Amino acid sequence: MATAEATVPAAAAEPRGLWSWLTTVDHKRIGILYGVTALAFFIIGGIEALLIRIQLARPENTFLDPDTYNQLFTMHGTTMIFLVAMPLAVAFFNYVVPLQIGARDVAFPRLNALSYWIFLLGGLVLNSSWLFGAAPDGGWFGYAPLSERQYSPGLNMDFWAIGLQILGIASILGGINFITTIINLRAPGMRLMRMPLFTWMTLVTSFLLITAMPVIAVALFFLQFDRNYGTNFFVPSAGGDPILWQHLFWMFGHPEVYILVLPAFGIISDVIPTFSRKPLFGYAIMVYSGILIGFIGWGVWSHHMFATGLGPIADSFFSVATMIIAIPTGVKIFNWLATMWGGSLRFTTAMLYAVGMIAVFTIGGVSGVHHSVAPADLQQTDTYYVVAHFHYVILAIILAFFAGIYYWFPKITGRMMDERLGKWSFAFTFVGGNVLFFPMHFIGLLGMPRRTWTYFSELNLGGLNLLSTIGAFTMAFGVLLVLINMVRSARRGEPAPANPWGAATLEWATSSPPPVYNFARIPTIHSREPLWDEHGGKLQTEDLVQLEPGQRIHLPSPSYWPLVTAIGVAATFVLFMTQTWWAPLLGVAVTAIGVINWAFEPAH
Amino acid sequence: MNHAAVVPASHGEHPETATGLNTWKLGFWVLLGSETLFFGSLIATYLTYKGESVVGPYPHEILNIPLTSISTFVLLMSSLMMVLALAAVQRGDRKGTLVWLMATALLGSLFLGFQSYEFTHFYHAGLTLETNLFGSTFFVLTGFHGAHVTVGVIWLLVLWAMALRGRLTQADALKVEIAGLYWHFVDIVWIVIFTLIYLIQ
Repeated sequence: MATAEATVPAAAAEPRGLWSWLTTVDHKRIGILYGVTALAFFIIGGIEALLIRIQLARPENTFLDPDTYNQLFTMHGTTMIFLVAMPLAVAFFNYVVPLQIGARDVAFPRLNALSYWIFLLGGLVLNSSWLFGAAPDGGWFGYAPLSERQYSPGLNMDFWAIGLQILGIASILGGINFITTIINLRAPGMRLMRMPLFTWMTLVTSFLLITAMPVIAVALFFLQFDRNYGTNFFVPSAGGDPILWQHLFWMFGHPEVYILVLPAFGIISDVIPTFSRKPLFGYAIMVYSGILIGFIGWGVWSHHMFATGLGPIADSFFSVATMIIAIPTGVKIFNWLATMWGGSLRFTTAMLYAVGMIAVFTIGGVSGVHHSVAPADLQQTDTYYVVAHFHYVILAIILAFFAGIYYWFPKITGRMMDERLGKWSFAFTFVGGNVLFFPMHFIGLLGMPRRTWTYFSELNLGGLNLLSTIGAFTMAFGVLLVLINMVRSARRGEPAPANPWGAATLEWATSSPPPVYNFARIPTIHSREPLWDEHGGKLQTEDLVQLEPGQRIHLPSPSYWPLVTAIGVAATFVLFMTQTWWAPLLGVAVTAIGVINWAFEPAH
Repeated sequence: MNHAAVVPASHGEHPETATGLNTWKLGFWVLLGSETLFFGSLIATYLTYKGESVVGPYPHEILNIPLTSISTFVLLMSSLMMVLALAAVQRGDRKGTLVWLMATALLGSLFLGFQSYEFTHFYHAGLTLETNLFGSTFFVLTGFHGAHVTVGVIWLLVLWAMALRGRLTQADALKVEIAGLYWHFVDIVWIVIFTLIYLIQ
């Protein structure tokens, strides 16, 4: 970097200071912003989980009152999905995808900044509810009519609906950006079937984002209009149908599951070949099964609604569709194992997390297939068995994201993470996570209902629940070690070379951290493993990063209009709470000012 | 509507995109794909609740098909004007660009005028957001469509003002083309709404 910087023209030099972060349009910085913000929300969501586990550690506990408990489990779920898992995935999309395909930025850099600011404001709106003592308390699924004004008179569910509405816009804009980036900004020779699996899964996830988020946007509009403007969408006395809410919510909600898990699949599909020193086994079938999961993921939503009595035909259809989706998912599991088979394995921390993810995801997948059997599901609905299932899946996602953090941290910061501390962090998160969630299978089958603030001692579930709580604190300690490792390594870690793991994909060809323009010379790609093939020797980091004398790279200029526009968008929805028709128009006006100035802003 | 971000990476080296498609146009098509699901959900809700209102006014008592046929015709004609505007800017005809852009915006505004008349008329006939499921679904669906038309009219007027100041030349045809994509999309959505709500009762 030091040598490269001398030849960097003023326009391309790395800017500094708070203002440069507020106006940045660099995909790498936006990726870091997403990551840091998501980890901050992870701490909040984690504390919420620990409070829930303290309450449940023994029967008939009074540590929390029922109202607070409702707020905590609602905010824990909402936070972990919308403010942790999704933005952590988007952090990796932002930082890694343009580097993997050999682009200098995303297709729409300012739109990318807008997505981040809208996401941040949405998260703040949602969490500001705590300050009003009115955190959402109707579950992360917000079932109407429970979430309607009649049954939820406070501001609680307004914060929920408005927060999610704001966050959804960020996701749609992000999806548009990444589809366009991946389709259009690939380096010469980077054919679709040469893209790294992580880029592929980002593409599939982006399609799910642009198709699933509008559906919940409509459902949330209906709910807000019902709550604030007197419409009747979910008012049973006026003919409104609570089942419609469930359909709209789960039509978004099930693709959402794949929005969370496909990026995790993508990460470990890049990590495992690197540390097996083998190309990914069955690359093409891995791509196709990812696409198939995306498609079938759109046809399984009613398995969340077996207990509503949809009738035998609908139940059969959604049962079978749900069973079928286990096939492409199983294909992925076997292909990861086959990639490791016969490879020269190196169990770095990233690899440990990736392998741990396969094990945990398999358990979560198997209990998922149990739920696809409608009669069995009727027994399991609303018990801790369901909680065990989806927490296993989400634990797998988090393990994969930690694999991604340990894997790409050297690229992002230019420093290696501490492997010794890393292995301790893996031990605590992996063991803790399993001790936390495995007993929930039994707790659920023995009849403990979910979303209930306590349980009677006669159920004899105190021991298993205490075990689960011990697991929660063990896992929390492991997560703490990850965060400590990140902070310490960012400041004092060993300097990282361009390709510390000997990986095959293009992001490892540029320097660590990459220059602001990513590549001075865009390389031509000849294979799926550009750094392992015969041309790889020619891809010298020095050549790719060094600017030639007099070479100028035009980068998009920083802009504060995305921030202004994001404030307008957030204000529009927050002002719904005034229950007047004109106040949201003030937010629309700010948005319009932002968009018009943005449109006429010179980009260089 | 800035081109600069189209190929931020590639000045001088690889001016073409990987597919040869323009990045702005591609991104906009993806947005329209997303919008399809948005309107699809609104329309599906309308159809789900068709005939479920427990009190009147009911659709057959209040919907005015002849009047709405006229406003539909107006909106369809505005799409024709949009095509002419794009053709004009593509051949560098500044006067034609100004005329046809303004014609599109005016017909769009006329459609919005019909819609406000219709909304006011329904309000006086006792149909509001709160009256019944028909009122809720009808006003929210057509209201979101009207909001899209409003955005389109403002967009067209901004383009018209740019053309007036000589800042919309042949080289900027893409800006008009993308506005046209949006305009035609909103028009097509209306055709679906008109068919499903007004014609098939």
